[in-house]
Amino acid sequence: MKILVCISNVPDTTSKINFTEDDTKFDTNGVQFVINPNDEFGLTRAMWFKEKQGATIHVVSVGEVSVEPTLRKALAIGADEAIRINTIPTDGLFVAQQLAEVVKNGQYDLIIAGRESIDYNGGMVPGILATLLDINFINTCIGLEIEGDAVTAIREIDGGKETLATTLPLVVGGQKGLVEESELRIPNMRGIMMARKKVLNVVEPTDSIRGTEDAKFEKPAPKGAVKLVDSDKIEELIDLLHNEAKVI
Amino acid sequence: MRPDLFEAPDYYNLDDLLSEEHKLVRDAARQWVKRDISPIIEEYAQKAEFPKQILNGLSEIGAFGPYIPEEYGGAGLDQISYGLIMQEIERGDSGVRSTASVQSSLVMYPIFSYGTEEQRKKYLPKLAAGELMGCFGLTEPDHGSNPGGMTTNFKDKGDHYLLNGAKLWISNSPFADLAVVWAKNEEGRIHGLIVERDMEGFSTPETHNKWSLRASATGELIFDNVKVPKENLLPGKNGLGAPLGCLDSARYGIAWGAIGAAMDCYDTALRYAKERVQFGKPIASFQLQQKKLAEMITEITKAQLLAFRLGQLKNEGKATTAQISMAKRNNVDMAITIAREARQILGGMGITGEYSIMRHMMNLESVITYEGTHDIHLLITGADVTGIPAFQ
Repeated sequence: MKILVCISNVPDTTSKINFTEDDTKFDTNGVQFVINPNDEFGLTRAMWFKEKQGATIHVVSVGEVSVEPTLRKALAIGADEAIRINTIPTDGLFVAQQLAEVVKNGQYDLIIAGRESIDYNGGMVPGILATLLDINFINTCIGLEIEGDAVTAIREIDGGKETLATTLPLVVGGQKGLVEESELRIPNMRGIMMARKKVLNVVEPTDSIRGTEDAKFEKPAPKGAVKLVDSDKIEELIDLLHNEAKVI
Repeated sequence: MRPDLFEAPDYYNLDDLLSEEHKLVRDAARQWVKRDISPIIEEYAQKAEFPKQILNGLSEIGAFGPYIPEEYGGAGLDQISYGLIMQEIERGDSGVRSTASVQSSLVMYPIFSYGTEEQRKKYLPKLAAGELMGCFGLTEPDHGSNPGGMTTNFKDKGDHYLLNGAKLWISNSPFADLAVVWAKNEEGRIHGLIVERDMEGFSTPETHNKWSLRASATGELIFDNVKVPKENLLPGKNGLGAPLGCLDSARYGIAWGAIGAAMDCYDTALRYAKERVQFGKPIASFQLQQKKLAEMITEITKAQLLAFRLGQLKNEGKATTAQISMAKRNNVDMAITIAREARQILGGMGITGEYSIMRHMMNLESVITYEGTHDIHLLITGADVTGIPAFQ
């Protein structure tokens, strides 16, 4: 089985978010980038298929050279080969078109992408990718077993779980549940040393539609001061909600 | 103990100076400390026990001889990677870092640098894997800052050496499988010998009731007519310069490690100061607390720059003993000062095991003393700049 894990390079959740160039660009100065957590759950499940079923894992990311450390980390964790599509990822449609080209060239059986990236939270890439490839798609996937071409997948749905049977080739939108947080891998020294010798291919992008572009970023307004009202002064609270907050 | 929320301060964007691999190595060690050290270390420190279950993890993150070449089981990394690993481990606990320092710089380094090819092949891969643990015997009950006065000695008995004497303050000694021991021959010349756990007449009693490095095992090495095979002598270098060469490597690691302890204290104090409300506002809004925090981050940043530059010099093979002394002395002093100030920011909470600060502070009392005391390092700098040694 040949697996492609799509990896988004996202700011660490503790990063301070700022914008530059008249609020049109994200300020990456001093920001630490990590593997998108939803993608990391997918990569970890792919490692399970590698170790138990002899699968081959390639990882791919759309981005400039700055995404290479994240790909190298994926190689250190255990992926066999990495591909970087050398362009700035703008929106989900654009990224999915780029990934589709890699999938067509690589003949992958299973493509795992995160359900969404934790930076822009678009949630579009796996769905569009499956559509472009015209293959099966399971989103919000929290369980994945494969025997030959037969796939049993568990999908998170409102208020419960849904178990589905399908076949390869398949696109999966992964998330926590594919594996648990405690199963995520820390690259060990042997992995880091082996990653030095693994192939990181850089491919040029194909002509694709860029559906949207960033016009302006805005941070949420800072929270105002909080007024505390004693629990035995309900009338004061009602008065404030009527006359100051004007919400009732 | 509270959940580990550590965020590493990098005020001068020093990450930009690091290579992709440096950051990969550093971040792996950082993640491992958060996952495997932080949740357990307070308990082990409180019960004064070394957490032996972490040895495999230390090996996995490359903490044992990261700069030893791959052919001997090391990772073939540079000195900055070694420093970064030590920094991250000591961010967790100085005692754990001590175990890694001893294994790397005081056991693997001398075997690699002064040992025969047979000794390297026999010991280094197992030491790198954590399958064998080592310790280092230089300090004696009556010879601390003056190791050249040692009385531990060995006599040539034809087909073996006969070793007698005692060493004190030896990290890892209670569980070590082997010891690199420095002893004088019949001419009074210092040589290194590899002494193995099962050799008759060799014992390693543990030192109890420490108020510092409680999660690290410390003990003695006692040699009572120990027969050491001749092939266990390290032939590559002798004289006091041989053990001091090991100390250069270990002190370099400590200069980085101390930054880790300081970063943890600073990060804890900063978070606490922003959350702790007194007089109706966070204590971080008061000038006296801001002064402490501002001085801490300034000193950490200076120490980071010192360690980074020293790492470059080490990589080029140019770092002098005196330069390493300056970094060890400055950075450990910086860390212990920050630990004390950070403890005050936390008030009474700072003395509990809920937070790591007091453990770091107590650990650093050992770190400022071992591997050359604070005062001796000052005199090394003094001797270097004046050309006049004050302690001979």
